Amino acid sequence: MRQDGRGIAIFSHVSLLLFSLVCILPFVLLISASLTDQNSIIADGYSFFPKVFSWAAYDYLMDRGTDIVRAYGVSIFVTVFGTAIGLAISTLLAYPLARKVTPHRNLIMFLVFFTMLFNGGLIPSYLVYTQLFDIKNTIWALIFPGLLTNGYYILLARTFFATTVPTEMIESAQIDGAGEYRTFWSIVLPISTPILATIGLFTCIMYWNDWANGMVYITNPHYFSIQNLLNRIMQDIQFITTMDSSRASDAMKQLPSDSVKMAIAVIGSLPILVAYPFFQKHFVKGIMIGAVKG
Amino acid sequence: MAQVVPIDVVEGGRRKKTSQIRKYAPLLIMMIPGLLYLLINNYLPMAGIIIAFKKINFAKGIFGSDWIGFDNFTYLFKTSDAYIITRNTILYNVFFITVGTVLALATAILLNEIRKKLLLRTYQAIITLPHLISMVIVSYLVYAMLGAESGFINRTVLPWFGIEDGIMFYSEAKYWPVILSIISFWKSTGFSSIVYFAALMGISEEYYEAARMDGASRLQQIFKITLPILMPVIIMLTLLSVGRIFYSDFGLFYQVPLNAGPLFNTTATIDTYVFNGLLGSGDLGMTAAAGLYQSIVGFVLIIIANYSVRLYNKDNALF
Repeated sequence: MRQDGRGIAIFSHVSLLLFSLVCILPFVLLISASLTDQNSIIADGYSFFPKVFSWAAYDYLMDRGTDIVRAYGVSIFVTVFGTAIGLAISTLLAYPLARKVTPHRNLIMFLVFFTMLFNGGLIPSYLVYTQLFDIKNTIWALIFPGLLTNGYYILLARTFFATTVPTEMIESAQIDGAGEYRTFWSIVLPISTPILATIGLFTCIMYWNDWANGMVYITNPHYFSIQNLLNRIMQDIQFITTMDSSRASDAMKQLPSDSVKMAIAVIGSLPILVAYPFFQKHFVKGIMIGAVKG
Repeated sequence: MAQVVPIDVVEGGRRKKTSQIRKYAPLLIMMIPGLLYLLINNYLPMAGIIIAFKKINFAKGIFGSDWIGFDNFTYLFKTSDAYIITRNTILYNVFFITVGTVLALATAILLNEIRKKLLLRTYQAIITLPHLISMVIVSYLVYAMLGAESGFINRTVLPWFGIEDGIMFYSEAKYWPVILSIISFWKSTGFSSIVYFAALMGISEEYYEAARMDGASRLQQIFKITLPILMPVIIMLTLLSVGRIFYSDFGLFYQVPLNAGPLFNTTATIDTYVFNGLLGSGDLGMTAAAGLYQSIVGFVLIIIANYSVRLYNKDNALF
């Protein structure tokens, strides 16, 4: 198509190939380490191919993995539940804002928009949640603070509803006797799957990856998500390496070995690595919808 | 007619308005959960900023604690911490915004040169992958690379260059500006390039054909057609990041350096400072003051940034 572009095309392929390698190699290192014999890691360090192959880390997780199974359960519950509620309340908020007839919609729009510009900050939020609502060490602490974190999604959904759902369609549904709720449920939602998929995916990933809320609000290991479990293990490593060496070596024995740590990290990122190829299409589309000014 | 009997119009208008609200009540009811949430999650904490002006005493409760005016701010700005966290936050952000934009644009342009659909999708998939991984996992990846005992760099890479002793990355502050920058670009370039790529796909092929007729080279086409057309998107995204210049990717600065004390000088930002304050190593009132300082400066910056863009081109402004 572009005859003069050959050189540039080759250059593009080479650069993108290199960039792709840079993106993938750290994961290869992680997976390889989880499949390497522990003594080999101590002797040779982490490497891209297991020098001495071993399933030991995964066997260990299978046998003594109650913490991990539990944390996995917490992560899955929080992700599913949080995404469902988050998606529901954000579409319910965005749709009326897209309808020109909604009373006071400019005022409400401003209230939503303002949350993107100014916030009270972490300390006041923490105090509101712990002193007023007492969500510390409950599953709500992992769900509630993340429900509508990004006002941008509301603007995105509003733009989508306003531009993609024809007013005539809504009007004709209502002439046929559909009320507002019915119009929303059976007319608007079915043709809005791209935006629902987009916001749903982003929210889903946010919940699966969240560790900060757990770190702030959860001290009881009972409610650790997989990210918080990983976080705790990493903190312990840091804590021990800064202790004096005699006490450190004792404490070191309590820790999971390097290969086990890396194995937990692998299974922690597994859902995203496995699911990603399937939702990649939506994901790219989602970013593209996101590129449209809200 | 209406001008002849203005009173009727006013009354009619009012009646119309209340009946309007009644008629569209279902739409208002739909918004209740979301608005309630914003009230609790976003607006109530705004009232909580008063603790930045109080000497927190948990026995007396937050509202009962004594007012101390701007003392928390005075203490904060007297410490060297205030300077370090402000400097780090701004310098990292300026660097991330400028270089990050260039990298993302370059990647988008490269992607645009790929004609084979399957390869294009594969590249896109791989380079956006790092964006989806949590910072905790990233901290594991970095640890596998940089760990003192068995890290890949210390055990494999440095020996190639004859350095056998290894580097204690987690206790040497000077390496972290480089490390954090690499991670930030690794994580975000692919993802942000897709936004630019989306905008690129909207450019009509005719522009390029016309340019080719006039004998423009591929590079000239990029600089004379592609970049100018992308300008509004570039401006909007830059504007968004400038508005958040007082915030940092908290996970990157807290989680990846493992919150190690010796690295404070080059890894602490306002966000990590506030977080550490909350988790117990700092004074809560002073920490809240730091958080308020961040919110207010951030707010002012986004207003200024938006205003300057408005002066230049109204359509590119956010509001």
